[in-house]
Amino acid sequence: MIQIKNVHKSFDDLAVLKGINLTVNKGEALSIIGGSGSGKSTLLYCINAIESIQQGQILVDDIDVHASHTNQDKLRQKLGMVFQQWNAFPHLTVLENAALAPRIVKKMRKEEAIEIAKKELIHVGLGDKLDMYPTKMSGGQQQRLAIARALAMRPDYMLFDEITSALDPELVGEVLDTLRMLRDDGITMICVTHEIAFAREVSDTVAYFHQGVIEEIGPPEQVISNPQKQTTQHFLRKVL
Amino acid sequence: MGLSLFTPLSWNDAGFILTGIWNTVIISLVAILVGTLLGLIVGFIRSASNQLVNALLGSILDVLRSVPLIIQLILFSTYVGAIGHPLPPFAAGSIILSLYAMAFMSEVFRGGFNSVPPSMPLAARALGMNAWQTIIYIRLPIGLRTVFPSWLGVALSVIKDSALVSVIGYMELLRTSEQLISRTQQPLEILIGVGIFYFLISYPLSLYGKHIERKMAL
Ligand SMILES: Nc1ncnc2c1ncn2[C@@H]1O[C@H](COP(=O)(O)OP(=O)(O)OP(=O)(O)O)[C@@H](O)[C@H]1O
Ligand SMILES: [Mg+2]
Repeated sequence: MIQIKNVHKSFDDLAVLKGINLTVNKGEALSIIGGSGSGKSTLLYCINAIESIQQGQILVDDIDVHASHTNQDKLRQKLGMVFQQWNAFPHLTVLENAALAPRIVKKMRKEEAIEIAKKELIHVGLGDKLDMYPTKMSGGQQQRLAIARALAMRPDYMLFDEITSALDPELVGEVLDTLRMLRDDGITMICVTHEIAFAREVSDTVAYFHQGVIEEIGPPEQVISNPQKQTTQHFLRKVL
Repeated sequence: MGLSLFTPLSWNDAGFILTGIWNTVIISLVAILVGTLLGLIVGFIRSASNQLVNALLGSILDVLRSVPLIIQLILFSTYVGAIGHPLPPFAAGSIILSLYAMAFMSEVFRGGFNSVPPSMPLAARALGMNAWQTIIYIRLPIGLRTVFPSWLGVALSVIKDSALVSVIGYMELLRTSEQLISRTQQPLEILIGVGIFYFLISYPLSLYGKHIERKMAL
């Protein structure tokens, strides 16, 4: 379970998160929607300890993410993250990309790491690209590689930060299909997304972020199909 | 023909020449190795640190790069002698040549490290790698991929510049041949031979560098 309790975060004097409260249970999918600069990415970065917070608390399976005694490198093994930019490591083949972290972070034997990496790559449909260098692949394929690479660490939670936003429109579908598949596998996930239709389809809960606060939160049938707040209605009219 | 002080070049000189070649090779290797290691460290620090540290390091490197090597060699070996700790020519020459190599190589490496998009180490951290693993497995290999040709260029010039260490008395190839010249009075043959030696080392390496460069451009 991920618990976010009254989290405040600012960059110098720019307040970006102003008291966020959220809970994501095992097996749930939460989508976060909202305008540019509303703090969606920042929240994900705070959850996996890339960014610090000024107030409040984030608990991942009861581990206090920002406590001084927490081993954050270890904590990140529980949290897979995929970014808007796919960030495939250009000096490694597809298979090596996915096997590296299991091998050096989890200290797996090489054969074991390769086996797990292969399995995840096949799962996302890259089974025939194992020995390719990622720079030769399409954006959609590289993004699926990034997903498989994160999954190969066998994380308990997946964080997705607008992972289709940088893709050519015709490649968005294959990546969303991969996410749907993970959803069917029962993987717990937080998706920051601009794909409203997708959010409505896969999420248990949708949160609408506006200027650092959660304006509206609830099941997609409410937040997306029947929003209560004017700001939410306004935002959805713009993006739908 | 009267009695001559000069004796012509002969096969007996082979050992002497080989020693000169060996000494050139060994001091070049030391300088390239040490210069590369220090250059990696300094280049990384410069790419990762703030403006103040950068300006400070930068000005030291500027001095090393701007003052002619021959002056640095003479100054250093005179200085350590004057303070009562004279160093053998090999040691003094290795130190200065290594620092000189480091000054150029650190710039090459810094450029390489700066070319790594920050999102790469970020993705690595998100996978659970610690700061060291991120450096070793991500920043180093990605940063160094593109700089090999420039690094090779510096290494080649270090081999050639090693001839200057002769001014502080190191018996490398050039000084060896100077001594042979004064004995044999056959400067043409000897200097052409020395030139060919440098060419034979440098040219294949620079061809190899161009080959790698072309391969990476694809
Ligand atoms: N490292 C940083 N330093 C300073 N300001 C930052 C930093 N990262 C983000 N910000 C600022 O914090 C605010 C929220 O940024 P964030 O990236 O969380 O927004 P977002 O909701 O993800 O927006 P988008 O939809 O454009 O990705 C923005 O005003 C941004 O400029
Ligand atoms: Mg964002």
